Amino acid sequence: MKNKECVAMLLAGGQGTRLKSLTKQIAKPAVYFGGKYRIIDFPLSNCTNSGIDTVGVLTQYEPLILNDYIGIGDTWDLDRKFGGVSVLPPFMQSEGGGWYTGTANAIYRNLKFLNQYDPEHVLVLSGDHIYKMDYGAMLDYHKETDADVTISVIEVPWEEASRFGIMNADDNGKITEFDEKPEYPKSNLASMGVYIFRWDVLKQYLIDDAEKEDSSHDFGKDIIPALLNDYKKMMAYTFEGYWKDVGTVHSLWEANMDLLKKNPELDLSNSRWRIYSKNPNQPPQYIAPSASVKNALINEGCRIYGEVDTSVIFYGVHVSESSIVKDSVIMPDVKIGRNVTINRAIISKGSVIEDGAVIGDPSPDSEITLVADEGSVLATSYATN
Amino acid sequence: MDRIAGIINLDHEQDMLDELTYFRCGAAVPFAGRYRMIDFAISNMTNSRIESVAVFARRKYRSLMDHLEQGKAWDLDRKRGGLFILPPDWNDPTDISRGDLQHFHNNIDFINRTLADYIVISGSQHICNIDYQDVLQEHKESGADVTVIYKKVDEMYSEHERAHKLDIDGNNRVTNIHNDRSSHNVYMDMYIIDKEFLYNLIEKCIAHGCSNFFLDGIKGKLPNIHINAYEYHGTHALINSVESYYRNSAKLLNASEHDDLFKEDAPIYTKVKNEAPSNYTQSSHVTNTMVANGCVIEGEVEDSILFRGVKVGEGAVIKNSIIMQRCEIEEGAVLENVILDKDCTISSGKTLIGAPEKPYVLAKRRSM
Repeated sequence: MKNKECVAMLLAGGQGTRLKSLTKQIAKPAVYFGGKYRIIDFPLSNCTNSGIDTVGVLTQYEPLILNDYIGIGDTWDLDRKFGGVSVLPPFMQSEGGGWYTGTANAIYRNLKFLNQYDPEHVLVLSGDHIYKMDYGAMLDYHKETDADVTISVIEVPWEEASRFGIMNADDNGKITEFDEKPEYPKSNLASMGVYIFRWDVLKQYLIDDAEKEDSSHDFGKDIIPALLNDYKKMMAYTFEGYWKDVGTVHSLWEANMDLLKKNPELDLSNSRWRIYSKNPNQPPQYIAPSASVKNALINEGCRIYGEVDTSVIFYGVHVSESSIVKDSVIMPDVKIGRNVTINRAIISKGSVIEDGAVIGDPSPDSEITLVADEGSVLATSYATN
Repeated sequence: MDRIAGIINLDHEQDMLDELTYFRCGAAVPFAGRYRMIDFAISNMTNSRIESVAVFARRKYRSLMDHLEQGKAWDLDRKRGGLFILPPDWNDPTDISRGDLQHFHNNIDFINRTLADYIVISGSQHICNIDYQDVLQEHKESGADVTVIYKKVDEMYSEHERAHKLDIDGNNRVTNIHNDRSSHNVYMDMYIIDKEFLYNLIEKCIAHGCSNFFLDGIKGKLPNIHINAYEYHGTHALINSVESYYRNSAKLLNASEHDDLFKEDAPIYTKVKNEAPSNYTQSSHVTNTMVANGCVIEGEVEDSILFRGVKVGEGAVIKNSIIMQRCEIEEGAVLENVILDKDCTISSGKTLIGAPEKPYVLAKRRSM
């Protein structure tokens, strides 16, 4: 069998603790986004749309839902005879085994997986971001510049630069320095956590890193600095477009609200770059005579009898009469009773909101209220925050 | 476990939906916002644990094949069984079979090879949500050769007049099958039959030069064969004309009719299009409407059904209408009592109004 030019490794083992109870039972990449998707749909759809048909998904934390969701990968057209999607959890070997101890370790432990495809390049992705990106164009740049490593970067506002891993590059795009969350950033080019490595280079550095006892086996902390240290050719590939880390409740809410803007930066309806997602097979949504819907994204299977304003509603949600949902994200199969008021909240999957409940704080800068715990029935006295 | 195989026989279905069936058979007509007529027949079968389904298609089945693909949407992409789209074989000079018996004869291997002991045969015009396992239980208890399924309709409409009706005795045994308008027992073009019995009946019918398996082989054999009647109690629509299509589509806006057809434990499956959720802008005003995914609504929509990917411009008004996939209704256009087939464009400011009892139908890809 012919070898693969580029194989993707998607790091999907993160817990995403800052998403609080949203990730109590599921890994962060399985968190819902945009009325229909899970975060992992974005990198996987990007792979398919970029012509990358071999993806290893490294799982660790709460993998049940993620495993079930990925299945054989047919959702993203990744059910292939040679290649396709493979879920790669930690495993035991004759010489022992154990959890993945870091992002680099997770890939090091799956050298066998990569070896069977004998790729020329390896694309390393994380399952934490919402963006549409052509990895094929980045791979072309990586090959044209004959780089050992190409790191995708995005311009972030200067005042926020100290929250990111910042790449300092020369005029030709060659990376000279890497500062993880610098207090005084020298550039505003943030790493997006998207890397393309020449496989022979990556393999050597992973093997070397595995032998270092003081290493945290992390791409950002260990592998990238080691490569820089050795003056390997590292190029910055500037990405232009929407890219968002949805690592906190607030940023997840904000990213959903971004979709409701006029001509949103992230266009989900472009048929040439579809974001694929598992289909829940529900009938079309129904908007009742008593309903009022303004500035909203609504998915199939919803039945809206109340008022929905500036909100993202996932599939199978019922909003009963005289209830108001405003500036909120309602995840799948939530049942909202009558006379309920929801403001600036994220309601997680399967919640049942009893008649008369008041959730969230309508004032513009208030913290986003998170209602989690699947299947919970909220008493009418449910207080805000 | 009793195994059932399914046949969807489209041979004798007339393409009576005017513009909607110019280029496709009735089974491929879009229905209920995101489905095609045939989705209900196939989903009923797969929900009843039927894993082998043959579709007997004769005319205008290009669109149907495009829709069905390998049957993946219905979980029918299988190694054992699965979906078979079977047009007749015109190449056998010794073939003396006629009418839909040609299908049964040409595809006798499907019946021979299936591991099932029972075959469910249905058309595509009766929209319902039925469990054939229940029908099979009753069929076995009755000891009948064939069990036909019927719906006792409360009110007779024009579509029911063309349908066959059943006379049934006190033991649920069919005594007569006819077109008499006085009977409300509408035969739903669905029956379950023992495989061996079916096989023998097909041979006999061909030997006697018959051309319609149900009419000659089953109806014509009364009272010599035992036909049991199974009454279906759920929501039901017979769609064989534009008028019945339009009226029964509107019925889906009624919550109880809707919920009885789209059951959580017996979903209706269809080809997935991967559309984004529908987008309602600040200027939109939508009431009593069924909306599929991928729509962008800036205008006013009332008492209507929007299929996937429909765009409604600002100030446009849509009432009592059915707008199929990817239509674009530009700013300020007015539509009332209209059915737009796929990919139609109504340019800004245009007005199109049909009669409530006879909607205006615009064929696929037309612009106004």
